Amino acid sequence: MGIRGVQIKIEGLTHRYSSRGPVTFNRVDLEAKPGEALAIIGRSGCGKSTLLHIIAGLLRPTEGTIRLDRVLVEGPSPRWVMMFQAPHLFPWMKVAQNVGVGLGFGRWSKNEIRERVAEALRLVELQGFAESNVQDLSGGQQQRVALARSLVMEPELLLLDEPFSALDAFTRSSLQHDVRSITKRLGINLVIVTHDIDEAVLMADRALIMAGSPGSIVHELDVDLPDPREREDPAVQALRAHLMAAFQEAASVKPHASGDGGQHESVSEDKSFANMN
Amino acid sequence: MGNPVVQRRMLKVSGLAILLALWWIGGYLIARNPATKSFASFGLVPTIKVIPALWEAGKIQSAVLASGRRLGTGLLIAIVIGVPIGILVGRSKRFRNFSNSPFQFLRMISPLSWTPLAVLVFTSWDQSIVFLIAIASVWPVMFSTAAGLAKVDPAWFKVARNLGAKPRHLLTRIILPAITFDVLTGIRLALGVAWIVLVPAEFLGVTSGLGYAIENAREGMEYAHLMAYVLVIGAVGYVLDGVCVMLIRRFSWRHGN
Ligand SMILES: Nc1ncnc2c1ncn2[C@@H]1O[C@H](COP(=O)(O)OP(=O)(O)OP(=O)(O)O)[C@@H](O)[C@H]1O
Ligand SMILES: [Mg+2]
Repeated sequence: MGIRGVQIKIEGLTHRYSSRGPVTFNRVDLEAKPGEALAIIGRSGCGKSTLLHIIAGLLRPTEGTIRLDRVLVEGPSPRWVMMFQAPHLFPWMKVAQNVGVGLGFGRWSKNEIRERVAEALRLVELQGFAESNVQDLSGGQQQRVALARSLVMEPELLLLDEPFSALDAFTRSSLQHDVRSITKRLGINLVIVTHDIDEAVLMADRALIMAGSPGSIVHELDVDLPDPREREDPAVQALRAHLMAAFQEAASVKPHASGDGGQHESVSEDKSFANMN
Repeated sequence: MGNPVVQRRMLKVSGLAILLALWWIGGYLIARNPATKSFASFGLVPTIKVIPALWEAGKIQSAVLASGRRLGTGLLIAIVIGVPIGILVGRSKRFRNFSNSPFQFLRMISPLSWTPLAVLVFTSWDQSIVFLIAIASVWPVMFSTAAGLAKVDPAWFKVARNLGAKPRHLLTRIILPAITFDVLTGIRLALGVAWIVLVPAEFLGVTSGLGYAIENAREGMEYAHLMAYVLVIGAVGYVLDGVCVMLIRRFSWRHGN
């Protein structure tokens, strides 16, 4: 399969939840090449989930535009699919039905659905569980079903909102690896929101740091590392330290700072970020 | 003996057996007392004795059929009205706030107190009875549906929209399967209420059905027949409830957790 990704172009994105409420984030600009994997990191409440929901078309921006291959995003679409922090599977459906549910909303024949569901289950290594009840799966397996449910749509852009934070370290690590290799193989764009600096370094081609209130992208860093990436690899460790330093510097950005590269004040005294991974 | 299924069966059967025994003892005491002797045919033995003749004559079947038709029609009307309004109540906060007081008010009115009004409004006794059953059973169906919807995880809608669901898909693929359990539970409650309302409603004008048969037997002082119909009412209600429980088991995804 060739490159199925899209060029992402986000311009002047501003959001507030209510007309008199606070600005969630202000004038965010962002671009990505087809097939590129972005990680957005930032502390809790800076607007990462909101940004992802807007890119997915599940929320409307107050101002600004999102274009995917020059097509304006005006609502949800099977071409850009989001995966949430919790699996949110449908408990009255078997695993295979859950995976195929999105295809069922479109014009797919029963046979096509069956084939694509089988392939998606293979991708996430759950082929033996097609007829299982979702309640009988472990948390990690459920999250893999949710991943298959997104991948089966063959999206051009996959948006992940802290998808692995509720999982144990082993499952998380193997899913991080799997999602990166699957998206790279299919050539689709990835935007992953995370609290976890390691996750950003292991999964992204480029890491963006979001900070401030209202939030903005204050720093970005290319993660130019070969695959497969191992946590213990010195190059990975070095980039991780680099990103951590940038993250801590971003923490010192004062409210209402504009997003022009994080060249603000000194490194924060606040060491709480060191424990975030 | 240690088999829990067998044990449960045995408990059920012995519960029924005790009920019948109490009935039998009551009938025996009544028959022995000279003051109450004329009511002896209320007892278990006379009742059981008349059942074959009533069945042969087709009287039990036709009474059950007539009552069943009214019950089914009334219940169907209650479902057709109750489920959509229940969905609306559960889904729209504005509609909930707007409708809550009138619905609670109407719900508290005993179904049978609508009888005079029903008789005035409808041209036939049959229609009046169906109306009484419908108005008795619409509330459990409606409130159960609304309660089911309140438990629907809003994230399911987000997930579905995210995967390209259109509004009709939200209804047919998400809402309806998610609330089947609650709708069926509501129907089960409604069935109980409707079955209770049916018999006194059939004491009115109609000339068919179980309520009529009881009233008719009372007037003819055929107490064994009366009790036979009472027995049938209990048995049919028991079977209908059992069918509901089976459907609830079959269609509920909640029993898995
Ligand atoms: N539905 C909502 N209505 C009003 N305000 C909201 C709503 N959802 C989020 N917010 C506010 O918007 C801001 C950004 O929230 P968001 O969920 O995007 O943050 P986040 O960066 O994803 O945080 P976390 O890392 O904890 O998930 C927060 O201050 C939050 O309180
Ligand atoms: Mg979030």
